[in-house]
Amino acid sequence: MEKLKFAFYWAASCGGCEIAVLDINEKILDVLEFADIVFWPVAIDIKYQDVEDFADGFIDVTFFNGSIRNSEQEHLAKLLRKKSKTLVAFGSCAHKGCIPGLANLFSREEILRTVYNTISTNNPDGKLPQTQFHNLTLPEFYDEVKPLDRVLEVDYYLPGCPPPTGIIIDAVNAIKKGSLPEKGTVLAPVKALCEECERNTSEAKKMPDIKRMIEIAPDPKKCFLEQGIICMGPVTRGGCLSRCLKANWPCTGCMGPTPEVIDQGGKAISAIASILAQDKEKMLSEEELARLVGKIPDPVGTFYMYSLPSSLIPKRRRK
Amino acid sequence: MRRITIDPITRLEGHGKIEIFLDEKGEVKETFVCVPELRGFEKFCEGRKAEDMPQLTSRICGVCPVAHHFAATKALDACFGVQPTPLAKKLRELMYCGYIIYDHILHFYFLGGPDLIVGPTSPREKRNILGVMEKVGVELSRAVIQHRAYGQLITEILGGKATHPVSGIPGGVTKGLDEEERKRIEEMVLSCKEFALKTLDLYHTLVLENPEYVGMLKNPNFSLDLYNMGLVDDNNQLNFYDGSVRVCAPTGKEFLKFEARDYLNYISEEVVEWSYVKIPYLKEIGFAGLKDGSSSGLYRVGPLGRINVSEGMPTKEAQREYERMVSFFGKKPFTNVFAYHWARLVELLYATERAEALIKEEGITGENFRNLNLGSPGEGVGIVEAARGTLIHHYKLTEDGRIKEVNLIVATTNNKGAINLSVKQGAREYIKGGKVSEDILNLCEMFFRAYDPCFGCASHLFSDSFLQIEVYNSQRELLVSLPATVEKNKNK
Repeated sequence: MEKLKFAFYWAASCGGCEIAVLDINEKILDVLEFADIVFWPVAIDIKYQDVEDFADGFIDVTFFNGSIRNSEQEHLAKLLRKKSKTLVAFGSCAHKGCIPGLANLFSREEILRTVYNTISTNNPDGKLPQTQFHNLTLPEFYDEVKPLDRVLEVDYYLPGCPPPTGIIIDAVNAIKKGSLPEKGTVLAPVKALCEECERNTSEAKKMPDIKRMIEIAPDPKKCFLEQGIICMGPVTRGGCLSRCLKANWPCTGCMGPTPEVIDQGGKAISAIASILAQDKEKMLSEEELARLVGKIPDPVGTFYMYSLPSSLIPKRRRK
Repeated sequence: MRRITIDPITRLEGHGKIEIFLDEKGEVKETFVCVPELRGFEKFCEGRKAEDMPQLTSRICGVCPVAHHFAATKALDACFGVQPTPLAKKLRELMYCGYIIYDHILHFYFLGGPDLIVGPTSPREKRNILGVMEKVGVELSRAVIQHRAYGQLITEILGGKATHPVSGIPGGVTKGLDEEERKRIEEMVLSCKEFALKTLDLYHTLVLENPEYVGMLKNPNFSLDLYNMGLVDDNNQLNFYDGSVRVCAPTGKEFLKFEARDYLNYISEEVVEWSYVKIPYLKEIGFAGLKDGSSSGLYRVGPLGRINVSEGMPTKEAQREYERMVSFFGKKPFTNVFAYHWARLVELLYATERAEALIKEEGITGENFRNLNLGSPGEGVGIVEAARGTLIHHYKLTEDGRIKEVNLIVATTNNKGAINLSVKQGAREYIKGGKVSEDILNLCEMFFRAYDPCFGCASHLFSDSFLQIEVYNSQRELLVSLPATVEKNKNK
């Protein structure tokens, strides 16, 4: 049988997804038995021009990580879409926008002003980049971070920051066997992390108060929510082997929402609201309730840490 | 005027391209390493919870997340005026060693090393990890995969996830080690040490016994007289996780030594009219443009910077290899760009020995790994040695413990000047009379690869809008400047 052709590419990302591919370790040798890698800038010396020269549909599967933040990334994404039979959004940035997507809380100009006036920068005149052009085509820095499916059609998603080894291997095996599910599927378990969490929880889950990780050393055997620590487990897909929880840190939501959830952050807020101070809710005054909710210091960064660009309100309103 | 573009440059972390300008005779006039990306961490971290910073900033780089994770954690220790417990310090440094082991193996076998192991002008289909495996055989190939994985696994055991760990918190770590984990790490570390020694054997055979490579290592055209920077312990010897920042002059003599909190007194970043990229330099010397020498404030970081500021290695086997390096070059500081690879392998060996010492410490499986006694939120600086060089995180917090202001100077940014100078040296050496081939361009790429640059890190602030092409004449006068623009996008 002819070998499959795989490509890997990164757009606005950190490189962790590339490492996640290497982290399948010796299994990469099995993959190479049935697939050739035809493009992968981190590892092989194939240049953009070579990709331009591929026939349409030449690549069987492209694993695309990173979000779209500039025109070069959009160009490469569309080019790879054209050259690929199947396109997989690989990792949280391509899937939902991820942590760099929090930049959507600020405009491009605000970001630039900050960068050129940091405390170690010698810039007494407040110099900024000049507006001057010759006949060069240069990538354009967009005003917002977009997940991959905002610019083109994505066939499958591999969630996670980065995707856990197990779901990468499952996906590759499905590709090998030709047993991929219907297009548009997120290739990960559908159950919420809470359902695979091994921490003890009481029958009626209650959140007595809001605490921060810098305030307490949580009991490593007990549900975070019941200790007052915000955990995204109720609304986030499992499949990550609860690795953060095992290091005694709550889930921050990198695997993205469970299938029935439209807005991961909104759903999490609603989940927290339904268990917070349940017993005394009726006895608390409006002020006391406000004070309790006010103990969440950064709601956007907490509930939308990985999903802001794909949420119902994907960016702050620009003035 | 002819322009040659290598796009993208490959076998590095992040995006970059090289622009080479030739004159009418086909000789290299100028070269530029451009970084086409921006993500803006300094801005969007504002308002976030302080304790989220070790995880938010690790997303600057998924290749060196542990470096950002602990630079952030150390900055938070300082912000909250809290001392991590002695056990916490050891666990952090142990995890840090795991990271260095994984990252240095990654560079030697996957990124920069394939040029040496397979050969810089071998067919491009072979100049990668697959070619390396073919060359070194099945047994060593399996060992490469296994030990890179061990480095990652050490981080995972201590930090939850290897890529984007979670355990760093002001005052300590969130998780300790049990006896089973301790044993597992000890076995892996010992195996990594053997592997590091094997890798050095391979380096000796492949490189030091090959006249072509020896010629490159001794070629004065590949040498830069720069200041060197790195963290050192109380004995002026290498430490990745903690210590003082030491800067040595191009002569090798100590020029500066300072504590993290004082970095602003010594380092500044220049915004120049002709470039959109900030270039760090030593304040006392000043910024003199892209050139080397003792009157230029540019400095070098990473394995070569560190080995040059370190008075020997603090561990036995690494010290032996260090001495070998000194005797090969006959002097310190080491100035040849290709000495980076060797220095990196000395560090790999050191990291395994240091990890061995830490995992064997009495009480490493103890419970006292977190100091909860935090002071009121203030300001703090954390410095670590990322695999690619000195990494600085500086935060100011609000009263309710959120981020008010962030400043980051990352490893590869520090090397920005040096990388540009080295690539130019390479292009000048190999491009003659306008003749260019795929082989020749790969030889040019070897000059940035030696640094193991991480443009993922550098691009936490660089923008494609900042992509800048400049053409100079031989008097270094700017002939043409083709900057991108911010205003351009306004109508979008």
